[in-house]
Amino acid sequence: MNKSVLILGAKSDIAKELGKIFAKDGYDLYLAARNVNELDEYITDLKIKNNIQIQKIEFDITKIETHTEIWENIKEKIFGVILAAGYLPNQKEAEKNWNITLNTINVNYTGAVSFLNLVANSFEERKSGFIIGISSVAGDRGRKDNYIYGSTKAALTAYLSGLRARLFNSNVHVMTVKPGPVYTKMTEGLVLNPNITAIPEKVAKDIYGAYLNKKDVIYTPAFWYIIMFITKHIPEFIFKKMTIR
Amino acid sequence: MKTFSWGLYPKYNGKIINIYSKNDLIKYFNTYSNVIPYGNGRSYGDSAISDYMLASKKMNYFISFDEKNGILKCQSGVLLSEILDFIVPRGWFLSITPGTKLITIGGAIASDVHGKNHHKEGCFSNSVIELSLMLPNGDVIKVKNGDEMFLATCGGMGLTGYILDATIKLKKINSQFINQYVIKNKNLLQTFESFEKYANFTYSVAWIDCLADKKNLGKSIIMVGEFANDFDLEYKEKKKLNVPFLFPDFALNTYSVKLFNYMYYNVIENSIDRPIKVHYDKFFYPLDSINNWNRIYGKNGFTQYQFIIPKDKSFDALSEILYEIHISGKGSFLSVLKLYGKENNNYLSFPIEGYSLALDFKIDNDIFDFLDKLDKIVLKYGGRIYLTKDARLNKETFYKAYQKLDYFLKIRNQVDPNKKINSLQSRRLGL
Repeated sequence: MNKSVLILGAKSDIAKELGKIFAKDGYDLYLAARNVNELDEYITDLKIKNNIQIQKIEFDITKIETHTEIWENIKEKIFGVILAAGYLPNQKEAEKNWNITLNTINVNYTGAVSFLNLVANSFEERKSGFIIGISSVAGDRGRKDNYIYGSTKAALTAYLSGLRARLFNSNVHVMTVKPGPVYTKMTEGLVLNPNITAIPEKVAKDIYGAYLNKKDVIYTPAFWYIIMFITKHIPEFIFKKMTIR
Repeated sequence: MKTFSWGLYPKYNGKIINIYSKNDLIKYFNTYSNVIPYGNGRSYGDSAISDYMLASKKMNYFISFDEKNGILKCQSGVLLSEILDFIVPRGWFLSITPGTKLITIGGAIASDVHGKNHHKEGCFSNSVIELSLMLPNGDVIKVKNGDEMFLATCGGMGLTGYILDATIKLKKINSQFINQYVIKNKNLLQTFESFEKYANFTYSVAWIDCLADKKNLGKSIIMVGEFANDFDLEYKEKKKLNVPFLFPDFALNTYSVKLFNYMYYNVIENSIDRPIKVHYDKFFYPLDSINNWNRIYGKNGFTQYQFIIPKDKSFDALSEILYEIHISGKGSFLSVLKLYGKENNNYLSFPIEGYSLALDFKIDNDIFDFLDKLDKIVLKYGGRIYLTKDARLNKETFYKAYQKLDYFLKIRNQVDPNKKINSLQSRRLGL
């Protein structure tokens, strides 16, 4: 039997590319997303190309009360979990509308922590498995233009860091992924700088390579490590006056 | 944002929008005018450039595969390379393939592309069993090979609607390798004789040295080949080269192109008796191994001029055109000559029975006047220009060259009377 990987937020572009790579490598897939039936065409494609099993799971990361049951039903079969669910609000709207801010926190942090807590407990007990969490470079420093999104990713990054330390002795690999801006459905309509914006295929390939090499934290594309290194070290009294896009 | 196709010319303020589903399409058809279906942006000129370019790349799923009979159904945004990665290890190949695999299947149909086997096996539409088309009003129709709508859509430059998916017939192979034979020819007459002599090979193509001196006009290397029979189908990934930046404008000039052609001609060896075994990637897609090769022409870009002349007049026409190019001293890095078989019934497909020559020209001040001059010669001999490569053809020449145009315009008028779908090219050509 193949190893299985659970992808949370399986409809995201990065998740779909990751699904293709894991499928090609012979993993069975558990795809969890809202309106998961929208993945039917994608699933048919993967099944034609690869000799694997694929299960769909109707999943809303903000519906915390459903998490335990969903996880209990499948946990025996899952070898690794990829957290790809995420929500990028319009910063200006989020500043004025608490519900948008709250939803951002719930998708990117509260819901993620709720589910990964369950996963962590199982994997710790079993002493195997992996968790890949997709955070963001936006979590490395709060910028005027997207700090509501960024702060939720900062929290997720800190959570994953702690989780990694906790599970290290249990043989569970926890990897934090910090992509820069990526051309996806989430960023469609935004004005993105083509010089620093990646395509999901590239990001997924980087993630998979880093997973095989058991990396702890990766920036993708890799040049973001340098950009964020510099960004993090700009003194606050200068940073607050800067407009960075 | 400035958008452009493979030739980097023209550059236009259009917007590329990813299409994820039928519903997306209906939405954009209803909200925007001046839309055009867009695949992988590998047509050379302005045929896929408009205000809103509806990109199919996110609709790139296989729908079904019949391994026994080699029949594949997939969405229109699937790249030929994605098809090959999947089918070659299973003993199948594309029935028809152009010189790049980095195009979508929707694009292949809209351009009704052809390849080295046109003289034997025709255009891409020959391998299309049926397709689904979304009309500009949002209706989705099934179009079968031979239908009136099929004849308008294959080669129709995306102007009849949006191709959603297609079912294609593949070709059985026993190897991923081609047995290739090379024939060197000293001039145009020899080149034509070789083409006729080796016409029984399934695949054939010639590289012409456009800058050879006057008595050697038409000097060429012909490559012919057949799939091998060694049952080696295992996939191996290869490294790619890249052109990481735009070349300075002076990099390609008469002298550097002459040098390249000279070296190419003299390094390669004649091998009529003993074939060389080459991988299908190298045989069919030599330029795909160099990412962004279009950048060697510099920031102003280039245009590819591809024309075809009926067989009985090909020799005279080519002699005249090669002579004009020789006098002009305009270097073409790549010049490809090819023999074509019978014309199909599609309204706007390019191929007719005869010979076609494709030349790259760097965009500069007087190139368009020069190409207008070549147009006159092409027209005089009853030939035509390939729309997929074109960025500058004028309406009058186009109307004279494409005799089945009226049938196309009739269908176009039925499905899209307000010309919601249009490209810079269709506006220029009155399509």
